[in-house]
Amino acid sequence: MPTLVSHPDEVKVISRRFGQGAADIDRYLELDGYKAVQKAIAEGPDWIINVMKASGLRGRGGAGFPTGLKWSFVPKQSEKPKYVLVNGDESEPGTCKDHVIFLHDPHAIVEGTMIAGLAIGAKMGFIYLRGEYRYLLKIVEKAVADAYAKGFLGKNIFGSGIDFDIVTQSGAGAYEVGEESALMESLEGKRGVPRIKPPFPAVVGLYGGPTVINNAETIASVPHILLMGGEEYAKIGSERNGGTRLFGISGHVERPGVYELPMGYNLKKAIYDVAGGIKDGKKLKAVVPGGSSCPVLLPEEIDVGLDFDQMGKAGTMLGSGGIVVLDETVSIVEFALRTISFYQHESCGWCIPCREGTDWIKKTMTRIYNGGGNKKDAANIQYLAENMMGRTFCPLGDAAAMPTLGFIKKFRKEFEEYIEGNKAGTPIITVQQLVGAH
Amino acid sequence: MADVTFTVDGKQITAPAGTLLIDACKSAGIEIPAFCYYPGLSLQAACRMCVVRIEKMPKLATACTTTVAEGMVVATETPEITQARKATLQLLLGNHPLDCPVCDAGGECELQDMTFKYGAADSFYTEPKNHREEQNWSPVVYFDRPRCILCYRCVRMCGEGMDVFALGIQNRGSSAVIAPNIAPSLSPDNLAHLDCEQCGMCIDACPVGALTSGAYRYKTRPWEMNHVTTVCTHCGDGCKTTLGVRSTSDGAEIVRGDNRDKSGINGDFLCNKGRYAFDFANSQERITTPLVRQPNGDLKPVSWEEAFTVAGKKLRELRDTRGGKSIGVIGGNRLTNEEAYLLQKFARTVLGTNNVDHHRTADYVTFTQALAGQKGRTASWNDTKSYPAVLIVGGDPTNQAPGTAWNLRSDVRLNKARLYVANTSEIKLRRQARAFLQVAPFGYGALAGYLAGDASAASNAALDPTALGGFLEAVKGEEKLLILIGSELRGADLKRLIEFGLTIPGAKFALLSDYANSRGAADMGLLPDMLPGYTPVPTPGPFTEHNIPSEPGLDLLEIFDAAAAGNLSALYVVNSNPVARYGVDPAALKDTFVIVQEMFLTETAQLADIILPAANLYEKSGSVTNSYGDLQLVQKAGDRSGVRSDFEMIVRIADKMGADVKALVPFGKGLRADMGQSRGAQSGEADRHAVWLTANNLEPKLSPFDPWAILDEIQRLVPGYDLLRLQLLSGNDQHLEPAAAAATASRRDLVLPSGDGLFTSGTLGRFSPALNDVQRYQAGEPLIQIQTAAD
Repeated sequence: MPTLVSHPDEVKVISRRFGQGAADIDRYLELDGYKAVQKAIAEGPDWIINVMKASGLRGRGGAGFPTGLKWSFVPKQSEKPKYVLVNGDESEPGTCKDHVIFLHDPHAIVEGTMIAGLAIGAKMGFIYLRGEYRYLLKIVEKAVADAYAKGFLGKNIFGSGIDFDIVTQSGAGAYEVGEESALMESLEGKRGVPRIKPPFPAVVGLYGGPTVINNAETIASVPHILLMGGEEYAKIGSERNGGTRLFGISGHVERPGVYELPMGYNLKKAIYDVAGGIKDGKKLKAVVPGGSSCPVLLPEEIDVGLDFDQMGKAGTMLGSGGIVVLDETVSIVEFALRTISFYQHESCGWCIPCREGTDWIKKTMTRIYNGGGNKKDAANIQYLAENMMGRTFCPLGDAAAMPTLGFIKKFRKEFEEYIEGNKAGTPIITVQQLVGAH
Repeated sequence: MADVTFTVDGKQITAPAGTLLIDACKSAGIEIPAFCYYPGLSLQAACRMCVVRIEKMPKLATACTTTVAEGMVVATETPEITQARKATLQLLLGNHPLDCPVCDAGGECELQDMTFKYGAADSFYTEPKNHREEQNWSPVVYFDRPRCILCYRCVRMCGEGMDVFALGIQNRGSSAVIAPNIAPSLSPDNLAHLDCEQCGMCIDACPVGALTSGAYRYKTRPWEMNHVTTVCTHCGDGCKTTLGVRSTSDGAEIVRGDNRDKSGINGDFLCNKGRYAFDFANSQERITTPLVRQPNGDLKPVSWEEAFTVAGKKLRELRDTRGGKSIGVIGGNRLTNEEAYLLQKFARTVLGTNNVDHHRTADYVTFTQALAGQKGRTASWNDTKSYPAVLIVGGDPTNQAPGTAWNLRSDVRLNKARLYVANTSEIKLRRQARAFLQVAPFGYGALAGYLAGDASAASNAALDPTALGGFLEAVKGEEKLLILIGSELRGADLKRLIEFGLTIPGAKFALLSDYANSRGAADMGLLPDMLPGYTPVPTPGPFTEHNIPSEPGLDLLEIFDAAAAGNLSALYVVNSNPVARYGVDPAALKDTFVIVQEMFLTETAQLADIILPAANLYEKSGSVTNSYGDLQLVQKAGDRSGVRSDFEMIVRIADKMGADVKALVPFGKGLRADMGQSRGAQSGEADRHAVWLTANNLEPKLSPFDPWAILDEIQRLVPGYDLLRLQLLSGNDQHLEPAAAAATASRRDLVLPSGDGLFTSGTLGRFSPALNDVQRYQAGEPLIQIQTAAD
């Protein structure tokens, strides 16, 4: 379990209750728990959506879609039941923010789910955790059970006449189901492969019903926003990027951990001040700023604000807020290989460019790393990645291609060193390979 | 839906709103490549080949998932798009074995075609390709994993199209693989296998050579075959099958059956039998020499001349001494219309008997009589594809008429048709049904009565009589209803059901029978009391010119009763096996002179005095009529030296009897209409005809052995067979409505459904190695023990 960290620059909104035993429902109630949902019941759906719009909260899963707007897309009238889905399939390497929420403040997710349900008129919510978070599932299940025991969930919640149920579900271990429509497929008991869009989940989602699906951190932010007010929350962040965000800073820093920083906080400050700078006084080599799918930043590129828009301008992404700091000892070829290996392993195989592209990039990088590279390899990797970009069925292909392109462009020399270091010229095609090839 | 106008490659196109861009472009002559897109199946957007550039869209869009919109501006071939497709192909080929020279799909492969078009010939990789051994999923389905491009057509075809769901996807990423439904761990040989309907639709749908046919693989190359499209000989659906034919030393061998061009009435569909069970034609058990019984009981091979001479002489003698009424004639369900017509004409005009019958698999007599005087009330096959509501009473299309079942499933899936099923069994189609009524055992009559308004019949009609009211109400609420009737309903029951249906103004009817030309055999008058077109014998109407005996003849069982009583002098059986079918006592025929035209030494043929080796439906031309009354052309595909068509043999026997051949077959007049169809490319038949004609001083215009010679007469005389010759010759189906006279006196019910399922096909099916293999496989016999059809 990661230990909790803290820094004066933090603005504690979501993390307010961390480390205070809020997984216990009575403790949660002492810490203003389940007040927001009662307020939401009293004020009604339109009010909730207006507060959410005013808050400027943008989806914390990585795409940054405004949450209030997303909720407003759900049709008011629907023949089919509406659903709320909490995406806790946190799988992006370098990301561990939802993890701490589930661990320290599971009721915030339960309460947020109920509020989202009230906002769109759903009677049922699902909390979906990644397969590898099974040990957190127990905590969430207990939270849900305790909420039922108190009568907060089930029939006639808080005397409102409204029914609301929550079901928890664990995934089977697939990064791909972090994609919202793949998650719905998985939840329905099918293979975790994304759906064709449109229709979007707000219209045709889980079991064909209108569905709101939000990242766990987004949902956990909701009760706080309702209590503090949308405008107040928006003031914390930067322009068009309301509020705070949990940033998981890992790698070669002195104080790795999950910090809640206002949106727009400077990345360089986050690394050097908040996380205490590069470990053991080494030199910074590169930063992967928002989970492994974000293109890498060089040391001279990190003086940038951590919000969706500024990161986009810097040629990378805010992503899931997982900042990975690499010092001078890191081999970028190895790091790129590990990154592509992850995506190769997690590609669902549905579409050709991602399925075959990640596989060939991995094979080629493996060979380079093992000293068998040839002169065309770097160009081939770039060609493959460029031809995956924007051509795949879902964003996983981009998530694999983007960092690959970042590494191969910004650290081309390093790849070439590997390739040319093999001056003796290891045979490129071995006899065994020829015999093995069909 | 309203039309929208948009621009593709600078061309203005108008299409209904909601049309997929890929389809709209295709209609406008702009082909967008795709592997995973398959019309009628769910969308995948997985292969990324159909990417196009749409203005104002940030990325390339897939044309297979984009619906057309007003003002949309699309480019389908730009350097960017070409590069995207090329890159996709390069990725596919990276792991593709490139074993095209030995691949079944070589020359018919969509991956080859795409590579040819986009020139993705460079290889970037030095790593070994992912390889897996080929898998033998069933006697008829093989899977070569390395060739698979994961388009998922097979998975969808099996699940959505067939409602079988035997195929799925296992693993993920580059390890993703198509897998059949019997896991190795559940299989006796620890290998993956298929438990399914063995239809082979997955093979047809496969764009590459990943799925191959056990009956065809590694036999030949596609361009070394002639491809002949004809009508499947097995069930009564009348699906088109394309037969791949290759010359052999003793004729022309059929090596493949498939449905690749999808131009038949069956569209995408072909079942197990249509695809694999052509191989009876190549059976080593076929009779290829005429055989004549010797006084000592042995069958002796003789020349054709001798066989015809003996047959003709003997028949003439028996007719002249004991009278035509002492002779019986039994025809088959797999004769062409021309042969069936000729056979009854021969019986009635040359032999002078109405003792004509066939193995009836449905009561078409009552069916047409009940609809006498109605116009437009019979459903064509095509109606089953699109009718908004369908009621099936009895029958089990999935097993008996798989093509009909396919149409009904597609109608429900694609057109949201409402299907109502009433059956004594829980037939598979109930899964598509809006309502399923379980009919009480032997309750079809009661059900027909109940539907027709007899409330007292309710208790015997359904297992749960309380379900009847709702079912009836739902059915009656339909404005356009197709009523499909199984052969369980006959006589008065059938009549009552049709009477009920006629109260629904938009109702149409069809009666399901079992074989390729069961309907034609009845339409063409292979019946003791009905002349062609259900013309009652006592009032021959258009057939007056034929001078037909005025008394109805003996039916099939009466013929055998007469034989047992010593009153049947001769029995002429053409392509039928009544002894096995009706369980007739073989001893009944001991005093009867029996002539059998057959492919195999069947139970009936074994009793014959003369056996004449016959061609089958794949070795002749003519027309057949399916269960629905749709007339289609059959074309000669295979050939086997030593056999002759039933048509020719009937004419030869008539000739040897001294009959006026020209009166029997009005050849030599009219247009030359055969257009070469009757003669296969390899056949020596044309020469044979010419020799015979010259020898007999006849004008070489239209041979008397040419079934087309009698088509004019069928067209002229048979009520309702007002067909268009041009339609027939161009391979189109024509829906016919034989105009029966109203009901005559009650007749006894001789309908005997074949009881064939997916893997049986009457006597014929017993001689198909493929069907036998599949039966044994489905019965649980380990695959390794089964001599596969390919070997």
